[in-house]
Amino acid sequence: MSRKSSYQLMQGNEAVAEGALAAGVNFFAGYPITPSTEVAEILADRLPANGGKFIQMEDEIGSIAAIIGASIGGCKTLTATSGPGFSLMQENLGFACLAEIPLVIVNVMRGGPSTGMPTSPSQGDVMQSRWGTHGDHPIIVLTPATVEEAFQYTVKAVNLAEKYRNPVILLMDEVIAHMRARVSLPPASMVEKVNRVQPNMPPEWYLPYERSATGVAPMASFGDGYRYHVTGLVHDAKGYPTANPNECRDNIRGLFTKIERGFREICMVDYECMDDAEHAIVAYGSMVLSARSALEQLRESGCKVGLIKLGTLWPFPRFALEQYLPQLKTILVPELNMGQIYREVLRVNAGKAVIEKLNRVNGTLITPNEIVKTVKGLIR
Amino acid sequence: MISNSQLVNKYFRHNKKFPHIWCPGCGIGIILGNMLRAIDALALDKNDIAFVSGIGCTGRAPVYVDFNTLHTTHGRALPFATGLKLARPEMKVIVATGDGDATAIGGNHLIHACRRNIDITTIIFNNYIYGMTGGQYSPTTPHGDKAYTCKLGNIERPFNISQLVEAAGATFVGRTTSYHTLQLQNIIKKAILHKGFSVVEVITHCPTTYGRINKKGSAVDMLRWQKEVAVDKSRADKMDPKELEGKIITGVLMERELPEFCEQYDTIIEEAQNQQQGKSK
Repeated sequence: MSRKSSYQLMQGNEAVAEGALAAGVNFFAGYPITPSTEVAEILADRLPANGGKFIQMEDEIGSIAAIIGASIGGCKTLTATSGPGFSLMQENLGFACLAEIPLVIVNVMRGGPSTGMPTSPSQGDVMQSRWGTHGDHPIIVLTPATVEEAFQYTVKAVNLAEKYRNPVILLMDEVIAHMRARVSLPPASMVEKVNRVQPNMPPEWYLPYERSATGVAPMASFGDGYRYHVTGLVHDAKGYPTANPNECRDNIRGLFTKIERGFREICMVDYECMDDAEHAIVAYGSMVLSARSALEQLRESGCKVGLIKLGTLWPFPRFALEQYLPQLKTILVPELNMGQIYREVLRVNAGKAVIEKLNRVNGTLITPNEIVKTVKGLIR
Repeated sequence: MISNSQLVNKYFRHNKKFPHIWCPGCGIGIILGNMLRAIDALALDKNDIAFVSGIGCTGRAPVYVDFNTLHTTHGRALPFATGLKLARPEMKVIVATGDGDATAIGGNHLIHACRRNIDITTIIFNNYIYGMTGGQYSPTTPHGDKAYTCKLGNIERPFNISQLVEAAGATFVGRTTSYHTLQLQNIIKKAILHKGFSVVEVITHCPTTYGRINKKGSAVDMLRWQKEVAVDKSRADKMDPKELEGKIITGVLMERELPEFCEQYDTIIEEAQNQQQGKSK
């Protein structure tokens, strides 16, 4: 469907579905769950018209399994879920990390733990998205703060997944998912699309896990004549299970190396009023909106405050903080959890500035006025 | 028929380090070998075959053979295979799974794959036990039999896998044993050719765990038992239920024609595209 670049009223979940289609996603498997269901509903309608496929699986374990299978078959794949479903996906998420399968999981966060608050905003899954599956593994986690970003970051998520052969998680606040905003989406032809690198050598020379100079191995699709093995066991360059300590080391370290090489490209950070800032607010997701409004008020009253907006949560963009630490006296981290990114900020800060957290876990947002009050209290 | 050395040359991976991981006397190799003979008899292109497995002794089968092979997580082979089949409907997707993998941790996926009637052939290697972890009772361990988590006897009643998958909607159900190798080849051939979700249950033996704790003797003794308890469906149909007690009915137990999932989805795509063209006109 050709959509002209014009303004539309659209909610975050809708923007995610549009982003997925624009990025070339042609396979979705999912299971209904509030507050992400709209993504599945829209893609169930739109994918077949684009020649893509949608399947509703029996649970979220099956959903992620199906998108891994389809990705191995050459599709660009995505699923959407919320906390309880994301918990169920964790084992196969680890499989995708180790087997290096491109895919995107959209996790529209609800209040947790457990069934929690299904229709309320929360940012409680920040650490789960980083460490939810067992074992050491790299992960890419993006978090949009606006409806327009929900589109852009979904495209980016699909492209990063393809480029780095790694699962990418789009972590979205419920309030972004369901907020309606006026957005202008680019025409499909203007959207950058990245496709995974495929092998160009004859099949008998193909080593499925031999990394190229970029740190990423070319990925053949099943059925294309490159018969190879994919496993969740630690494996050698041929893809076969191994217990050889050197090969095990190369496998696990290689996973990290490819993400480290792409670190700058993966990290999306925006800075607002940071040049002369002596105080900073570090925010992501819906908290960016409250922080922006607070920033305006604080600047009007003469406070030298700036905003560091994290679009990428993992790998944690530590440079975003480090470059400003010499000029910062205080940093405030407002979050809809008990302080999950706060700890990262503490770690990077290493005692240089005063770090304060502002947390809320009752299903409501932190208002701009609360941020203003807290920052003023800190400055005093 | 293909000779053993030809079979090994043609289908085993030459760059894979052998030996395999299975114990001496294990039945899995017999089933795998006959699956390869069935594939060879059908003259399928190796590039068109995806061989998918879960976790456990059976889960290790794909790594040795020269197809597109996918060794997934415990119980999840079927949803991985479902995604792959939808992405590549032209491929023959074969799933190898054990009794625990298929009917305990993967039980939900199994019944839903049956219900969907997606064109996948699932071979269930049923040896009544979790072998790789050392012999714990599974959903098919017979009532009263022992395992290392029920040394005083299993108080749970077992699934009858063939009945389970038939009730869940599979459109081809076959059962045989690792003793009846020609029947095994034939049923696998028919299952692969069947359009829809096909299940082949193969009764096999684990002499190392189930056999040892239940004093079933050697692998040969266990194969002999398979020979003795098996009754072909053609004969069983003429026997009364009393005579069939303790027997295992083998053969193609059920075959029916119902719309296949991928083909149905193709009509959805066609319809959706027609609707869209109608809108844009």
